[in-house]
Amino acid sequence: MEVPISFYLVLSGLVFLIGLVGVLIRRNIIIILLSIELMLNATNINFVAFSSYLGNLSGQVFVFFALTVAAAEVAVGLAIIIALYRHSASINIDDFRMLKW
Amino acid sequence: MNIPLADIVTILPELIVIGMACLLLVLDPITPKSKKDLLAWASLGALAVCVIMILGSFGGRVMAFSDLVVVDGYASFWKLLLCLVSGMTILLSMTYLKEEHIDLAEFYGFILLALVGMMVMVSGADLLVIYLGIELMSITLYIMVGFKRFEARSIESSAKYFVLGAFSSGILLYGISLLFGVAGSTRLSEIASTMNDQSLSDPLVLISLMLIIVGFGFKVAAVPFHMWTPDVYQGAPTSVTAFMAVASKAASFAAFLRVLLEAFGGLKPNWTGMILVLCLLTVALGNLVAIVQTNVKRMLAYSSIAHAGYALIGLVVAGWIGTEAGVSARGVSSLMLYLAIYSFMTLGAFSMVAILRNGGLEGEELNDFTGLAKRHKGGAFLMMVFMVSLAGIPPTAGFIGKFYLFMAAVNAGLAWLAVIGLVFAAISAFYYLRVVMVMYMREPSSEQELTTRLALSPSVSVVLACAIAGVVLLGIFPGPLVSVADLSTLPVK
Repeated sequence: MEVPISFYLVLSGLVFLIGLVGVLIRRNIIIILLSIELMLNATNINFVAFSSYLGNLSGQVFVFFALTVAAAEVAVGLAIIIALYRHSASINIDDFRMLKW
Repeated sequence: MNIPLADIVTILPELIVIGMACLLLVLDPITPKSKKDLLAWASLGALAVCVIMILGSFGGRVMAFSDLVVVDGYASFWKLLLCLVSGMTILLSMTYLKEEHIDLAEFYGFILLALVGMMVMVSGADLLVIYLGIELMSITLYIMVGFKRFEARSIESSAKYFVLGAFSSGILLYGISLLFGVAGSTRLSEIASTMNDQSLSDPLVLISLMLIIVGFGFKVAAVPFHMWTPDVYQGAPTSVTAFMAVASKAASFAAFLRVLLEAFGGLKPNWTGMILVLCLLTVALGNLVAIVQTNVKRMLAYSSIAHAGYALIGLVVAGWIGTEAGVSARGVSSLMLYLAIYSFMTLGAFSMVAILRNGGLEGEELNDFTGLAKRHKGGAFLMMVFMVSLAGIPPTAGFIGKFYLFMAAVNAGLAWLAVIGLVFAAISAFYYLRVVMVMYMREPSSEQELTTRLALSPSVSVVLACAIAGVVLLGIFPGPLVSVADLSTLPVK
């Protein structure tokens, strides 16, 4: 039995929302980074599901690019977080209030 | 797999720039400290070659890589502007990086990498290509913002930029994925052909349109997606701030416009309202919050938000229902004109902030400008011209830019929008002219006379000369640029 496309959409929507809410309410910058990854992976679920549903391979090609870009992004992001930790010995975003209004 | 030679030739400017960027990253560690300037000159040379090639192919419309990439007048216009701005940033950085003791040649490599990202963005005809361009630009900028890695402020702003930038890319990408499901393709032209009257009320299309607008809203720093801008602009090294405020904003606007007009041209009723709200919020908040700033860098950050708001007027005009095609096209071309002019004046203003030194630090507080006219007549005069132009007072280019935007709005029957723009432009004169007042009317303390100075050098002089020439000449003879912008506007359906 084929799984209907709406199941995938609901799944990816939920994963995306979990990521979105995670970015907004969590204070640990590593968790925020992981939440962003969740958002990107929700996208990948969408692409693969649509790709199989429409019989169109370009969606899967997009996933390859999205995965690669996400990896590059995380590499730079972790480097920034390490540099940040060296300065303040903290990865809690509430501690970074040097710049504000 | 064979790639046709014609396709390679189409993207030759990008290939040259990215090749040079990789070369710089390799050469940087093996170049002696005294020869680093050579690498900057080499990157300027690559940019010059690039500009010549773009000029050579200006005007035509070429599709390459099975319609993934388009090189038309619109793309060429932005590419020329971006190359020019990057060249000016490199020249500025040659002095600025030495003053800050961060003179690594890899910085120039990063500028070129970001430039490639922007050039890919403006000539992408497929959401995949545009997304890759955005990411190449953003990831490079995250690094550049944290380039003063021994300074807590720079790293903090870099982390903030990274988190919000990645967040916004995630939102944009989710929108693209939903759109792919609806249209079955990520080509802008194919998306446009699947949009019909039913898609106007298709929830999936609406959600994806909204997510894409939010994603681009972050990149162009439109209110309410602007929170990162002041912090990042203030914390980043000033030459990077200038680069971001000018080049990344221009490239994001270019891609935003192309996506909305080429892919969602049939859904104007859906997005014009959203853009109008963004536009009003951005103009209002940017100008009002700039008034209370005492740090010039932060004030200019809010001013850049406000200017993004003015530029959005052009987008509203382009999408306004019931306007003739000619008027809509005028909206696009006045946006292009405005951002080109904005680039000169903002780059000039940030260059002045970058070279004004207070002891070993940047003189970025309003106080540091006190009595500048007494010690550096020329420098104070340049800063005054940039401020007057940013405020939109004739005979500077800033006035011409605003004039064409507001005229486009009036022609589209949006006179009230032009009036709101005018009111806020008048308000903005207050905080721009305050800088002028501080420079000319206040006496510097004796201590300040000793510590503040302008770090002038031949390369900085060239940057300032270019910026002032742009501001003054475009203010007096706007004709050529106006006709170029008119020629290279996007076809509006």
